Amino acid sequence: MREVAILGAGLVPVEEHWERSLVDLAGEAVRLALEDSGLERVDSLILSNMLAAATGVAQLNLGAQVADWCGLRGIEAFKVEAACGSGGSAFRAGLIAVGSGHVDLALVVGVEKMSQTTGPATTAGLATAADADYEAAHGPSFVALNALIMRRYQHEYGWQHADFAPFSINAHANAARNPFARLRHPITEKEYARARMICDPINLLDSSPIGDGAAAVVLAPASQFRGEGRRPRVIVAGSGAATDSIAIHDRRQPTWLTAAERSSRQAYAQAGLGPEQIDFFELHDAFSIMAALSLEACGFAERGQGPRWGLEGFILPTGRLPISTHGGLKARGHPVGATGVYQVAEVARQLWGEAGPNQVPRAGIGMAQNIGGSGATILTHILRAG
Amino acid sequence: MEVSRHWRLRQQRYALVGEVCPHCQVKIFPPRDICPDCGQEARTAYQFNGRGEVFSFTTVLDPPAGHEENAPYTVALIRLEEGPMVTAQLTDLGEQPVEIGMPVEMVTRKLREDGERGMLVYGYKFRPLLTPA
Repeated sequence: MREVAILGAGLVPVEEHWERSLVDLAGEAVRLALEDSGLERVDSLILSNMLAAATGVAQLNLGAQVADWCGLRGIEAFKVEAACGSGGSAFRAGLIAVGSGHVDLALVVGVEKMSQTTGPATTAGLATAADADYEAAHGPSFVALNALIMRRYQHEYGWQHADFAPFSINAHANAARNPFARLRHPITEKEYARARMICDPINLLDSSPIGDGAAAVVLAPASQFRGEGRRPRVIVAGSGAATDSIAIHDRRQPTWLTAAERSSRQAYAQAGLGPEQIDFFELHDAFSIMAALSLEACGFAERGQGPRWGLEGFILPTGRLPISTHGGLKARGHPVGATGVYQVAEVARQLWGEAGPNQVPRAGIGMAQNIGGSGATILTHILRAG
Repeated sequence: MEVSRHWRLRQQRYALVGEVCPHCQVKIFPPRDICPDCGQEARTAYQFNGRGEVFSFTTVLDPPAGHEENAPYTVALIRLEEGPMVTAQLTDLGEQPVEIGMPVEMVTRKLREDGERGMLVYGYKFRPLLTPA
């Protein structure tokens, strides 16, 4: 495998883009990423999306459609799907394509259009990330599945609901400074405690919002780009992918993200470093419980002690391990199939020193983790400047 | 309509029929023909007794499409006596508060109906274990 660098990125603000189609959103992210990379063409377009087949968009063959829309007719293009882990999976596919030498320039674009359908239809669409016959058939929403994990976690380790507040408060505070974020307003502990209940113990401010969005990055062989340009070179230092059972009820440890542990270990080993060398972490905080579980499985917090990292302030922009530096899924927003690409682009922005008011003081090595389903598919990527 | 899907699952939905691994004796639900513990072939049918306890639970206030008429309802992870865990709704709760560890038993109930002229889908739910008075 040859070393792979991220040349550029393009982000569309996460919103309810009522007036814009899925291809239109994807097209803007592609155009911005090409412009940012100083390129006009790439060899391969890898698209990530979750819901276009399951909900009202009803469009497949998105790779060819988006490539043509962007003026790239003729190139290789295809979609990668792994529920909310689609973006991270597509990024890894791009990494392998360029790393192997089969492709020189790959563009990875994640896109999701969630405002096309009404609430119950979107809720049903999101539940397709779970086992259709043995989970979804019994009526849990995707929030409910996370609530089952959170209640059990609180039961096993004794945490109160309020102990998870710092994750959401930090995410909103960071999103307030990010022009691409969906929820650009800070929240207080009192607002968190009083938010509307969705699926006890998960309330509205434990949950990420739906949204429309698209994000893209361009990958190229690192040896051809030595970083003599306007920005430091960003290298993909480690990549890991792992799975667990799709259904929570089939897991040996329902309160432990086994696939996060496996994929982060692979990424650490490949990058030749450990969790203590990670400067900041874009984790998959679709629900506050997932932030805690991710910190534990990746070797930062002790087992059952994830909430402590919020309570001690370690996760703040000035803390030991800033997380969700652009607002995270919680407040940047969670356009599900695009999220993994937003995360990687945000890590790259930090490493380039281009994160503006979201810039963290120490940004040499950053990690992104993208989760598909309630923990079934987990991708971990470590990027470094150099 | 998904007629074939519901027909295919009838043994599991109505009678909790899973499998037992002939190599390591572990009980398997749902059936998958390959033992998740030892990885060997496991095709011996095994009927679960339907008793278990609540491992975790939540109340669904904003249901997915197709489940609106039952909302709000309680969804739980049930640890079956024989070992495996299932996802199912709790029913017949009355005023009884749900707790982790609560003993429950399987009953057959309507899971959903697909509109006035659609199918009625039945399957397992769990109620608090009835104890003789």
